Amino acid sequence: MRERPLSNVPKSALSLLVLAFCAQLAWHFTQPAVSAKAENLMPPPSLPTLRLAAFGEPIAFSKLSMLYLQAFDNQAGVQRAFQQLDYVQVEAWLARTIALDPQSQYPLFAASQLYAEVKDEPKQRRMLDFIYQQFLLDPNHRWKALAHATSLARHRLKDLPLAQKYAQAIRLHATAPEVPSWAKQMEIFLLEDMNELEHARILLGGLLQSGQIKDPHEFKFLEQRLIGLEKAQAATNQTRKQTPSPVTTP
Amino acid sequence: MSRFGLFTLLSDFIYAEWSILQINNVKDNFAISPHFMHKQISSIAIYTVLEALRNRLSWLIIIVLFIGVGLSGFLNALALTESQQTQVALLAAFLRFAAAFLLATFVVTSMVREFNDKGLELLLSLALPRAAYLLGKFLGFALLAIVPACLFGLLTLLFSNALQSALWTISLVCELWIIVAFAMLCVLSFNQIMTALSATLGFYLLARSITALQLIAKEAQVETSNSQQVMGALMNAIAAVIPHLDQFTKTDWLVYHTGQLQDLNPIAIQSTICVGLLVGAGLFDLYRKNI
Repeated sequence: MRERPLSNVPKSALSLLVLAFCAQLAWHFTQPAVSAKAENLMPPPSLPTLRLAAFGEPIAFSKLSMLYLQAFDNQAGVQRAFQQLDYVQVEAWLARTIALDPQSQYPLFAASQLYAEVKDEPKQRRMLDFIYQQFLLDPNHRWKALAHATSLARHRLKDLPLAQKYAQAIRLHATAPEVPSWAKQMEIFLLEDMNELEHARILLGGLLQSGQIKDPHEFKFLEQRLIGLEKAQAATNQTRKQTPSPVTTP
Repeated sequence: MSRFGLFTLLSDFIYAEWSILQINNVKDNFAISPHFMHKQISSIAIYTVLEALRNRLSWLIIIVLFIGVGLSGFLNALALTESQQTQVALLAAFLRFAAAFLLATFVVTSMVREFNDKGLELLLSLALPRAAYLLGKFLGFALLAIVPACLFGLLTLLFSNALQSALWTISLVCELWIIVAFAMLCVLSFNQIMTALSATLGFYLLARSITALQLIAKEAQVETSNSQQVMGALMNAIAAVIPHLDQFTKTDWLVYHTGQLQDLNPIAIQSTICVGLLVGAGLFDLYRKNI
């Protein structure tokens, strides 16, 4: 359909259009910026409700749920954001997400690499227990998260019996041929006198060698984690060197 | 399509009808041979497809495709792991819903406009059985459904292997055929855009969530109150008469590569039965209409 020239539009209509548009922009910029606050994380709906809301697309809905949950910690001062999160709700969201898409590794990855890294022991233990319980449901598919949980239990919580329990669970339950031998032998590494960096190197190196990490985002994330550990280790070593050793008198 | 387009279509159609009549020398009460009816169905189907193509539907499909890629690409960037799986899952879910929505909207608006412009009356005043009209329309829309399904299916090839994409595409075609048949039935029953479109989308969402509803009803039945028993029975009754579209066009195939050729068997059988039922209901309704 051919349109009439712009001059045919009354000036009042044009003014209304321009004014309303400016008013909309002004209104938008006077509103507070949208941000997901940790204290606003609500408990997730029940699993049947989520299944209903997914309209037959549980996998897509599960991925969206993970991105939604991630929005509550993906902000400045990550550690502080994690501290503020209600871990009962976080665990409930992770459990629902994994129930919607049992093949997904995302919730366990987030539990082990993000939420369990918080400097709050009860919260860490909650996350590690969640990973362990989920591992038992599908050991051959979920051993990666428990391997990292083992390392956290050993080096962060300094709880050797707990780390041994997890390592033993991997050896006993993750028996599929695709599970690498180093993962099945984690109990041995635990007993050796290794620091966290050495342990992380074995974990990451083993994962990379076995071709288990294919996702570029995950690769980058773990690489950055390793670099961070190396820097922390170097700083610790430097501090030790600078500290004068106690003079022993004969 | 513009009014001019509709008149062109009708005049073309009348000319084609006249030509066919001349060739076949049909005289006595416009007796229709099966061969003649096939030609009529084909003519209507071709003009239905032409109408869609002239209606810039293909541009709309391409725009939807780009929106899907952009949106899923944005969400991919947010994911810490399984980024490609996240992208393909969300892209597939978006494209599936968009294809159904676009096609249902086109079917409903196109048929309602034809009713309002008295195009149907004009066509039926020719030697055209009502069945030929309805089957021709269905065939045209069904052919049209292949266009978005194939385009979207080709896009999924970027994230998945050929077999899984093919399964997803074929299943999407079957799903769209069911939607087309239901939308046509709704138009014949309601004759109004808003009612027909709402009913079609309601049916689509119900068919995609019927298994979840059945599970909820079953859980509720643990407490055996009468109302819950009735609700459970009602849910089972609905589930018995509508297709379970949550079993169609599974995202699992693209994300985890779990699809096999045999998975298409129940989908093909269900689609055939459901389309037959809906077209049958449409014919029943159309033959009873006093036009």
